[in-house]
Amino acid sequence: MKPQTRKTYVSKTVAGLKPSGIRRFFDLASTMDGVISLGVGEPDFVTSWSIREASILSLEQGYTSYTPNAGLLELRQEIAAYLRRKFHVDYCPETEILVTVGASQAIDLALRAIIDPGDEVIVVEPSFVAYEPLVVLAGGRPVAVCTSGEDQFQLNPAHLERAITERSKAVIICSPNNPTGTVLGRKELEAIARVAHEHDLLVIADEIYAELTYEGEYTSMAAVSAMRERTILISGFSKGFAMTGWRLGFAAAPDEILQAMLKIHQYAMMCAPTMAQYGALEALRSGERDVAEMRNSYRRRRNYFVASLNEIGLPCHLPGGAFYAFPSIKPTGLTSEQFAERLLIEEKVAVVPGNVFGQSGEGYIRCSYASSLEQLQEAIKRMKRFLARL
Amino acid sequence: MKLSEKELEIIEILEKDARTPIDVLAKMVDLPVEETEALVKKLEEAKVIVQYTALIDWRKADGREGVTAMIDVKVTPKRGVGFDEVAERIYRFPEVKSVYLMSGAYDLSVVIEGRSMAEIAQFVSEKLSTLDSVISTTTHFILKKYKHDGIVFDQGDQDRRIVVSP
Repeated sequence: MKPQTRKTYVSKTVAGLKPSGIRRFFDLASTMDGVISLGVGEPDFVTSWSIREASILSLEQGYTSYTPNAGLLELRQEIAAYLRRKFHVDYCPETEILVTVGASQAIDLALRAIIDPGDEVIVVEPSFVAYEPLVVLAGGRPVAVCTSGEDQFQLNPAHLERAITERSKAVIICSPNNPTGTVLGRKELEAIARVAHEHDLLVIADEIYAELTYEGEYTSMAAVSAMRERTILISGFSKGFAMTGWRLGFAAAPDEILQAMLKIHQYAMMCAPTMAQYGALEALRSGERDVAEMRNSYRRRRNYFVASLNEIGLPCHLPGGAFYAFPSIKPTGLTSEQFAERLLIEEKVAVVPGNVFGQSGEGYIRCSYASSLEQLQEAIKRMKRFLARL
Repeated sequence: MKLSEKELEIIEILEKDARTPIDVLAKMVDLPVEETEALVKKLEEAKVIVQYTALIDWRKADGREGVTAMIDVKVTPKRGVGFDEVAERIYRFPEVKSVYLMSGAYDLSVVIEGRSMAEIAQFVSEKLSTLDSVISTTTHFILKKYKHDGIVFDQGDQDRRIVVSP
């Protein structure tokens, strides 16, 4: 007997994922001319020539085969040295570091390596749009903990504690944060660490923006006392080194967890692209000066842009890192979606409505200041005109 | 002159774009406008900021002919004043755009601009070579400028990023 034709071949899990709110704005904005986009989540710099050149050289020399699953040992050694130098954390390059296809893949691997069906993973919101769907795809249950603009989006440990159940397995934090730009300082990290110890939680620390920290020295979650053993440190080359299209990230974690991640990676991915790994090697060896220059450039644009937002009537805290300003649009009485949509249609400035990053992002918009100063000035002019008309 | 962090920041910004409006500059360095203005004035008076100029791509300016040459000059330094005296005699000519004292095979590197190759040849043979201390000159004409003072001419500056991304 012929089986009945299915209504759909798509799994219920995937069908149940809500589409990214960013997608809709992308579709709308890409049909329009003369749009100034502050919706871009990547650097406006092209990758440094020395990095591109090193990658070209690797191709010329014929390095086109697979690398070890965990990545070139040379690269893992450089990553270990980099983590020691910059963040004072020690990882064994042979067993505790994994080179991945972007930090996104590292997060996916981390979640799949630790989640049993029904395990809960706490996601601190507003957050990067991929965390929750990746938890769901790994068979887990995302539990949101909200932060608020009044606290400059710092996590209140009491709120974290309230979200914990016996199924809680891990918490995902991101500092500097996308979309708020908030940086968790040592004190805040220690408070989270206390909760993690008390409830035996892992912390997945997304530190992809660590290089773009503008005040004081950056503290990694793994550098907080006794946290190394319960931290999965996620980072990569996309933001700090302006290498988004290379798709190269890494994870550092205690042996047992990292080996579990590696097990998935070797079946699902084999290894990260070889030519990108050679580029990354050069980035770690010689990229520091360029990174510092880019950091300075972002910091100056941040100062200009955030001061201007406050001036035109969109209250905004000074973000300590990343390249996002997250101003409140509550004074306008519009929702985030209404504000973003009208601003795009009426003044051709694309921003991302805060609610796509979780419900606590409602009342805010994310503006990337990784655009030229001229573009930022023009955007401010248009936003001012828009606000005056409301 | 020892500069403060803010002053250094100001000249770094102005070196890239001398036309940065003062209110934008003030916000970038996180200072009040008046204070920023005062610092810029101070830097101008101390000649840290020597001049504000525009970088011109002359190839695009039809109707003005011009050539640039770099001349390697070997000279005999004079007792007491070394190379400074002959350097000064050379840089006083208005057609000389820059003069550097060099290490290596020759002593002074002279950049000169003229309307034609003939004009430059005339300058070299009549003005430069006839100076007492000048032993020899080697003239190189610039055929095309690709990059000047850190700026690439004809930069493809289109933004290749997708409009909205997470």
